[in-house]
Amino acid sequence: MQIDIAILLALVSAALWSVMTRSLLRSAIGLAFTSVILTIIMFRMGSPLAAVFELSVCAGLISVLFVSTISLTHPLTAREVLQHMRERLARFWLLPVILIAVGIILCLVTIKPVIPLPPPEPIKDVRVMLWDIRKTDLLGQVIVLLTGVFGVVILFKERVKK
Amino acid sequence: MSAEITHLFVVSGLFAAVLSVIGIYCVLMTFNLIRALIGLEILIKAVTLLIIVAGHVTGHEALAQSLVITLIVIEAVMITVAVGIVLGIHSHTGSLDARNIRNLKG
Repeated sequence: MQIDIAILLALVSAALWSVMTRSLLRSAIGLAFTSVILTIIMFRMGSPLAAVFELSVCAGLISVLFVSTISLTHPLTAREVLQHMRERLARFWLLPVILIAVGIILCLVTIKPVIPLPPPEPIKDVRVMLWDIRKTDLLGQVIVLLTGVFGVVILFKERVKK
Repeated sequence: MSAEITHLFVVSGLFAAVLSVIGIYCVLMTFNLIRALIGLEILIKAVTLLIIVAGHVTGHEALAQSLVITLIVIEAVMITVAVGIVLGIHSHTGSLDARNIRNLKG
């Protein structure tokens, strides 16, 4: 249990660092760290397949997408960086205070959840669950993927020269 | 349900709430479009954490995993399209600042 809490603390710290850090590249790396820590949590909670997906897609693919986007956009000048730092300090100093306040409030509120336990799961294999029981989800995934592909094609389609 | 599992659920819920606060604050307070996407990602991480913990607590790990896989696919597609839009905005305005794209402001 203590290990779980330590991992959850690391997760929140990585997320906070990715939001608070000045450099966008460090933010993207912090997000990848967050995904890796979430992967560890998933693995510890008995979800290895979802953990692999999280590691390969979120920590890998999405981080590469963010880093590529950051490198495709031009960096800020020194003057813009200084101005940006001042603005960020003015906007983000409140976040740690809010987080501590939320944590204290949630710790003080005694939550005693009554979780209604559903009947035991008839199918323990995630492959059977995904391909047999949740077929509609797969159809939705295909539609979403096609939507994304067509969206990207339209976004990057070069304009026809008159 | 054992007391330890209930305690794990409560603690994980607390951390998921804190993650949500980080994501919402980032989306609301930043003007940088890429950082706003990062905030959105953190929000999705909070949801993923809650689904996984709920699956572990109730013993429905297979269902939770299938839901998380669907969520990850949707997340990847959403981020790809959003990044494309951000790059388009950057090529038009030359900046990633959301304040520069207020052309439709009424």
